[in-house]
Amino acid sequence: MKRRKVDLKALPGKTAQEVDTRLPVATPLRGMLNKVFPDHWSFLLGEIALFSFIILLLTGTFLALFFEPSLQEVHYDGSYLPLQGVGMSRAYETALDLSFDVRGGLIMRQMHHWAALLFMAAIVVHMFRIFMTGAFRKPRELNWIIGLSMFWLGFTEGFAGYSLPDDALSGTGLRIASAIMLSIPVIGSWVTTSLFGGEFPGEIILSRLYILHVFLLPLILLALVSIHLGLVFVQKHTQWPGPGRTNKNVVGERFVPRYVIKQGGFFMLVFAVIALMGGLFQINPIWLFGPYEAAVVSAGSQPDWYVMFLDGSTRLMPAWDIRVLGYNIPPLFWPTVVLPGILSVLPMAYPWIERRWKKDYESHNLLQRPRDVPDRTGLAAMALAFYLVLTISGGNDIVADKFHISLNAMTWAGRIGILILPPLAYYFARRLSLGLQQHDREVLAHGVETGIIKRLPDGRFVEVHQPLVAPDEHGHTDLPYVGWTVPKKMNRLGALGPAVRGFFRPIEQPAPPQQEEQPREEVTSGKP
Amino acid sequence: MSDTNTQVRDAAGVDLDNPNLTRFDIVREGARRDGVEIVHYEAQYPPGSKGERRMTRIVAFFFLLTGIMSTLFVIAFIWWPWEYQLGPHASKYYTPVLGLTLGLALVGVGLGILTWGKKLLPHEIAIQERHDGPSSPEEQKLTGTTLQYLGDEMGLGRRPILKWSLLGLAPLGLAAAAVPIGALIKDPHHPDILFKTGFAGATPQNPIRLMHDDGTLVRPEEVSTGGQITVFPNIPGGATNHYADSPTLLIHLREDDAAKLNGQLYTLNQGSTWSSFVAYSKICTHAGCPASLYEQQTNRLLCPCHQSQFLITDNARPIFGPATRSLPMLPISVDKEGFLVATGDYKVPVGPAFWEKD
Repeated sequence: MKRRKVDLKALPGKTAQEVDTRLPVATPLRGMLNKVFPDHWSFLLGEIALFSFIILLLTGTFLALFFEPSLQEVHYDGSYLPLQGVGMSRAYETALDLSFDVRGGLIMRQMHHWAALLFMAAIVVHMFRIFMTGAFRKPRELNWIIGLSMFWLGFTEGFAGYSLPDDALSGTGLRIASAIMLSIPVIGSWVTTSLFGGEFPGEIILSRLYILHVFLLPLILLALVSIHLGLVFVQKHTQWPGPGRTNKNVVGERFVPRYVIKQGGFFMLVFAVIALMGGLFQINPIWLFGPYEAAVVSAGSQPDWYVMFLDGSTRLMPAWDIRVLGYNIPPLFWPTVVLPGILSVLPMAYPWIERRWKKDYESHNLLQRPRDVPDRTGLAAMALAFYLVLTISGGNDIVADKFHISLNAMTWAGRIGILILPPLAYYFARRLSLGLQQHDREVLAHGVETGIIKRLPDGRFVEVHQPLVAPDEHGHTDLPYVGWTVPKKMNRLGALGPAVRGFFRPIEQPAPPQQEEQPREEVTSGKP
Repeated sequence: MSDTNTQVRDAAGVDLDNPNLTRFDIVREGARRDGVEIVHYEAQYPPGSKGERRMTRIVAFFFLLTGIMSTLFVIAFIWWPWEYQLGPHASKYYTPVLGLTLGLALVGVGLGILTWGKKLLPHEIAIQERHDGPSSPEEQKLTGTTLQYLGDEMGLGRRPILKWSLLGLAPLGLAAAAVPIGALIKDPHHPDILFKTGFAGATPQNPIRLMHDDGTLVRPEEVSTGGQITVFPNIPGGATNHYADSPTLLIHLREDDAAKLNGQLYTLNQGSTWSSFVAYSKICTHAGCPASLYEQQTNRLLCPCHQSQFLITDNARPIFGPATRSLPMLPISVDKEGFLVATGDYKVPVGPAFWEKD
């Protein structure tokens, strides 16, 4: 039998043709390959969240192979000796088994936890970037809302995961969560008993949190992530202003190859950081906390960092109990239900609030530097100050303990700080923005400060400025302010030669100084 | 730049069958047809230059690092002793070794890819036009009318009976909502679980004894003056999470503190103390954490979750922090055999406040 010759070189082309006859992809595929993406480090913050999410799905699937969300009472007989024979729930037992009796289980658990913390951190930082640069403006309001929703979904997802191992910390967190639900007016007790299947803790709550944690919330998150990225793709990424960049174009690199390669490399680096942290830095050592018992708690019980701001708001809340006609609204309701409600609705409405405030109804594809929108930057600083005061207050017992401050003083500092610091932050951030803007304008009008002080014949001292372009007869340059980086140092203008290469020591000879003797103007005191 | 522009202009009428076209010419023509103009495209290192060779070596080094580290990871994963041993043992380093090898393997592949992409690929600047903003008025009208015509086709305006009959479909939504809600809902008041603890049913005639978490009963002598212990109802499972609202703090007050407390007892708490012993619910009235940090000197109970502080010499009244309600007091006494007992359940619901709890 004669073997048919296969032309290997023609194979890819032939396959491509076969595919295209069935599914005409040539045109859309090329459009995707050629899609232009702008590049800037600040555009990579959201990617960190995306990559952490992928790692969460991978490690989480591994954990689910071994974990059992059951509150059934068992006696531990795994390899961790100190807990031998201790009564605990099956959930806590399987979480211990994951840490001690599953090969590589501990690193997966720790990677999962670190990835969750990184996921939330990346979301928060990314959100600040979007806010401060005005990337939420028309036409991207919908994506801003989706992003905010993902923060709260991630928050809930993280809390559910934190509650699953049924160790002392997760049980305490869950008990507080039940108290928060109880505090809702009118329906609180019904919501709590319905969710817990009776009184706290009941027997069913972990199964319910589990299906929420491994199926419902990840599914919703995955859908929202897809829409989020799809919208970025369709609406095209925003870009910074700069040479050749307008509201009507995108300047950058084509999607394939460079952009994709950089994304792939960055994913691997994020993965690497999470693997290193998961292996080297211990997190949530549940075997030290012991199983959850309603009567046991330790000092310094802290939630994961992204929950701490609500813990802080709860600690700072004054003891105000509203009682009317035999009914009451507990103080827990305001900082844990009303505050998160405001914190989710207000930012979602912000794009429209700013539209009316600044009377700007246009579409924007160019980003703004924070300094160019002082009011918004002020608001961001205000939000950040508010958030930081709450987060620090969430750990005020630790601060009090480590720095030997009275705990009550810490609480009062938080209560006063939450009122005073945000407005102060607004004021300073706004002034700072205006100052930076002013300095940019000065450079555009007069040039870069050279650091050379010149004495004039009449005795005045002035600093010599290097204009960016040839000045007019008054020494002024008339450059437009475009909201992009202005050179502030002489070496940015190429005034200094390239630095001598070498990291630890010079690996090349410095260029010999220019021998040309320039006739220099003699500087005198001005006196005859 | 000007040179590039000429090329682009030339490419506008490019003939794809022209044998003189390079591959890049065709790529650029494809990009142009997608509305993408490649205005700058320049190799970062001349082909074959020293710099290029150096970058190639660096990429190869990173990939080699990944190869070595991944191999080490697999070796460690299989052969490193991993089963838990008490005390210092190589198994304690299992997870760090895995993390280090896996992390470095990923660093290698990450940096290798990045160096390849950023240093060995030509640097380019491409410009793509955006096509956002609304569709043309004509398009809007065509689509809008198509949608409006949908309504005409359905004929809702002409057939009012249909409009009303649509209302008949509403219960279908109710049915969909009824199943999950109906299955999940649990009445908190029948039985009245939120108002009862494990001490429910105790009476002065028929008291429930207090016990430690190991099930042994409690005698007054066990608690030294100024000391406190956690006690539970002596019923089956009384110390388990099944009775999560029952943990109780039994405090042996100093004589003068006991006198102070007995002098200012709330009417509700009258007769609840026994000798210089008092028992408060351990469950914080704020968010339900165990309010268990006892400051002997100041007679305060501190809840470690949100730092509410309760004064035990004054009905465990909240004196600092977000809590608004006193810790409920458990009526206690001592039975004939000398064991501490509860002579009744808590008189107010234990734990965090809610709407119906006055």
